[in-house]
Amino acid sequence: MNEESEETMVNTTQDVAWQQTQSEAEAHLAKRRLTEKIAFGVLWAAGAVAVLVLIAVVGYVLLEGAQVIDWAFLTTRPKGGLSGEGGMSTTIVATIYLVGLTILIAAPLGVGAGIYLVEYAGEMQGTSGWQAHLISVIRFGVETLAGVPSIIFGLFGYALFVTTMKFGFSMIAAALSGACLVLPVIIRTTEEALLTVPRPYREGSLALGATQWQTNWRVVLPAAMPGIITGVVLSVGRIVSETAVFYVTLGGSYYMPPSPILHFRDFLTSGGRTMALHLYYLANDTAAFDKAMGTGAVLVVSIILINLAINYLSHRLNQSMRGEA
Amino acid sequence: MKLTYLVDRSIKYILLVCALLSVFILFLIAVFTLREGLEAFQTIGVGQMLSGTVWRPGQDQYGILAMILGSVLVTIGAIAIGVPFALGCAIFLAEVAPDNVRAIVRPAVELLAGIPSVVYGLVGMVVLVPMVRQIPVPGNSGYGLLSASIVLAVMILPTITNIAEDAIRAVPQSYREGAFALGSTHWQTITGVILPAARSGIIAGIILGVGRALGETMAMIMVIGNSVVLPKPLNDNPITIFLRQARTLTGNIAVEIGYATGVHESALFATGVILFMLIMLVNIAARMLMKERHA
Repeated sequence: MNEESEETMVNTTQDVAWQQTQSEAEAHLAKRRLTEKIAFGVLWAAGAVAVLVLIAVVGYVLLEGAQVIDWAFLTTRPKGGLSGEGGMSTTIVATIYLVGLTILIAAPLGVGAGIYLVEYAGEMQGTSGWQAHLISVIRFGVETLAGVPSIIFGLFGYALFVTTMKFGFSMIAAALSGACLVLPVIIRTTEEALLTVPRPYREGSLALGATQWQTNWRVVLPAAMPGIITGVVLSVGRIVSETAVFYVTLGGSYYMPPSPILHFRDFLTSGGRTMALHLYYLANDTAAFDKAMGTGAVLVVSIILINLAINYLSHRLNQSMRGEA
Repeated sequence: MKLTYLVDRSIKYILLVCALLSVFILFLIAVFTLREGLEAFQTIGVGQMLSGTVWRPGQDQYGILAMILGSVLVTIGAIAIGVPFALGCAIFLAEVAPDNVRAIVRPAVELLAGIPSVVYGLVGMVVLVPMVRQIPVPGNSGYGLLSASIVLAVMILPTITNIAEDAIRAVPQSYREGAFALGSTHWQTITGVILPAARSGIIAGIILGVGRALGETMAMIMVIGNSVVLPKPLNDNPITIFLRQARTLTGNIAVEIGYATGVHESALFATGVILFMLIMLVNIAARMLMKERHA
């Protein structure tokens, strides 16, 4: 009888202690869950703020810009002056010309470099000859170039193309400087696109007796095309939104640049003003904030369209890769 | 047949030339900016330039300390405002957001990266500057380091968010499982396990953000006020230094290169050389951290 009661006593004290720890643990857990709730609330807020900032910036520019944008604004040329009279027609044309010329220079070089780094330099990896060193030097070059700030490209373009080579403030000087800026973008995206092409494609082609170049040209490049185009479109976006480089190489003339088809030489040496530059001049040198907003709205719409194109292309790339795997 | 092989061989070398072009351009950039800046370095002296507080090209005074301070302060401001948000977004996107929310936030962050810097500058001038002007401190014009820091914080957000998100996603799933199995809540797992494991990648992202901030030009010119005077606090409170107008190294180059000649022009190239070296150091540090993570 005595022994039994002692046992129950021990049991109850153990139970009490156990219950105590359990309730402590529950309280602790509740506290941890509360902390988590608060922290996650803050994280949701951070995500929401990012979206809200975007909506605020884009929405403000589009709403304000919409008030000045009409057919006349888009089709008359800027008239200069402190009040920023006129429209923005010549700046749209100059932007398109400059993008075209820059891509024409940068795309072949960038894609070529990307092909070399993936298709030819790959064999040399792991070897220790001078070629392996060369590859690591090239990689260092591409990575470093990608980090160079745009005003430095501008300074460089000004020193080399505008003054030393005597192109003056011109389309060709701006396009060459801009090409240096987007070259790393095109190289990187080309590399990524080529790396997604499955190895058996190359093996199959080589086994049929094709040379390496025939394989690259007929098999690998077509398969990687959506990715390569994504890189080019990305570069188009960079050039459309770039200002610092062109501010010091393009001059800023708001006259219509000569047609590249009819007067190619004049076209190359003519100055110009892109939409982004026009916005800058309007906002900084004139009082025409409304016209600046209008230009900004056209600029933002172009960037949104470019981003949609990139999303569509990379989506298609993913789809085709999944379909064929 | 022979021709096919000849083509195959020669194309390989043509492509090699394309690949070498990046290195060549980098070399040219270094040579040309240095060559043009040499005159300033010789006649003014590197030490004089770096420590001089007066920039008065008309009287041959070329001290860029005010601009260095402007660049550094605006970068500190942008990091202080931008990094908490960017990290919050990165953790949110990698760990918390449901797929359908992620599908909205992710493209939004990408689009933030794509918006031209002049558009940020314009919105800064029209919206932000009048708001900052409301802060009741004598001498506050709205234009200045605070406005510039806020604009810059938005501009570096995508850079930091993208790299930090990648770093967080790269943490092995087993780390999370281990922490969950020990009874951690998701938040405890994030702060105790995931963030420490992703640390080097996150820091690399922040450093790359610093690089972008130091290199930004046009948006800074538009909102920072471009005063060449050494920034000082407006009153006893040292934080009011951020309400002061300033000028960045990049802005100094862009604003004056159009009409500068002689030593003045050379001094701007010298500014470029200093900026270039500053950003190279920052980027190399970031790259070493990224490599460490992959090793």
